[in-house]
Amino acid sequence: MSLLRIARPTIARRSLLTSSIRYKHTLPDLPYDYAALEPAISGKIMELHHSKHHQTYVSSLNDAEEKYASAVSANDVQGQISLQPLLKFHGGGHINHTLFWQNLAPKGSGGGEPPSGGLAGAINNTYGSVEDLKKKMNASLAGIQGSGWSWLVKDKDTGALQVITMPNQDPVVGKYVPLLGIDAWEHAYYLQYQNRKAEYFSAIWDVINWKAAEARYKAAA
Amino acid sequence: MAQAKFTLPALPYAYDALEPYISGQIMQIHHSKHHQTYVNNLNAATANHVKALQENDVRAQINLQQAIKFNGGGHINHSLFWANLAPANTSQAKPESAPKLMEAITAKYGSYGGFKNEFKGVLLGLQGSGWGWLVKNKKTEQLDIVITKDQDPVVGDLAPIFGVDMWEHAYYLQYFNDKASYVNGIWNIINWDTAEGRFLGRSGALKL
Ligand SMILES: [Fe+2]
Ligand SMILES: [Fe+2]
Repeated sequence: MSLLRIARPTIARRSLLTSSIRYKHTLPDLPYDYAALEPAISGKIMELHHSKHHQTYVSSLNDAEEKYASAVSANDVQGQISLQPLLKFHGGGHINHTLFWQNLAPKGSGGGEPPSGGLAGAINNTYGSVEDLKKKMNASLAGIQGSGWSWLVKDKDTGALQVITMPNQDPVVGKYVPLLGIDAWEHAYYLQYQNRKAEYFSAIWDVINWKAAEARYKAAA
Repeated sequence: MAQAKFTLPALPYAYDALEPYISGQIMQIHHSKHHQTYVNNLNAATANHVKALQENDVRAQINLQQAIKFNGGGHINHSLFWANLAPANTSQAKPESAPKLMEAITAKYGSYGGFKNEFKGVLLGLQGSGWGWLVKNKKTEQLDIVITKDQDPVVGDLAPIFGVDMWEHAYYLQYFNDKASYVNGIWNIINWDTAEGRFLGRSGALKL
């Protein structure tokens, strides 16, 4: 269950925790260098995106969970409900970015290499080809009005593949299992592509880690 | 075609006139690319809507609503935004240019400083893309601070006094993830003359 991975800090990090006995989320290390996804995604973007944006989601999630815990121990249901948007936004931000870093890889380390196995078969059955899926996903990314993500997901009930978009940092939950996510927030591309977001959507396929998507697909079986 | 085509309004100042608070590069891309795209897409959606109307196609009209709201909102919001900014060294950028509005702000928020803090808190709480607005409720005459998401415009009983674009494209090339600094800087370039006019209803309806 890949999502659980974000809920497990390294031993080294755990020792840095303060007196609080409550669990604290931490920023996961990137499995590659900041510059390793160039030219598709610049090192500067990756650095800010990981060390600033993702870090902020992690820190704010920890804050929100702490407040939530106080509301729980105070039996304050109103307080819990009013904290929901904060938990959803920062929790979603942490989940989404964690999945995103994993489903990217440098060219030469698997990035852009086409999917194989069961996922490849399912893509071909559903979309005709990987190229057709990319087109479909790029169209969904281009259609996002504001901030958000596009995901290739597997419907747990039917086993079918689907492309969905989620606004802001809403994570993929419920009957859908996220296989592959693409961040369409402006911070994900603006320093390099500015308003030419279609160029970002087309370039990112060069660094998509289909192995990660396949592993998620298999685990969702 | 009979219906009016929307066009990109010219900026009332140079692209670099808002520096150092908003860089000339941001202003240029924001105005000539982003705003232009909203205008183009609004024109396309409007033309399709006229066609659907002529063809008595209600489903098509309803299907176009979101495109009109998003791109129409984008055109409205950016048009309001450019007009409620002014170079820092002009008299328009001084709060003294809005005596009546400042009176109402002080009455509601205690002080100009108190208002700025409140406004900033609301804007930084926005989760995703959107806008922060100082608005006046036309029925109660009350001031309020609201956010609209994505390109939703301020509509209904609320009249926009001034807006601040909180999309990342509005600040990212200069401020990166530090949106608080962008909001802090914006106070130097608010066009209080425009704000006073909107507050007093002097400016009439927005002409697009
Ligand atoms: Fe992001
Ligand atoms: Fe904008």
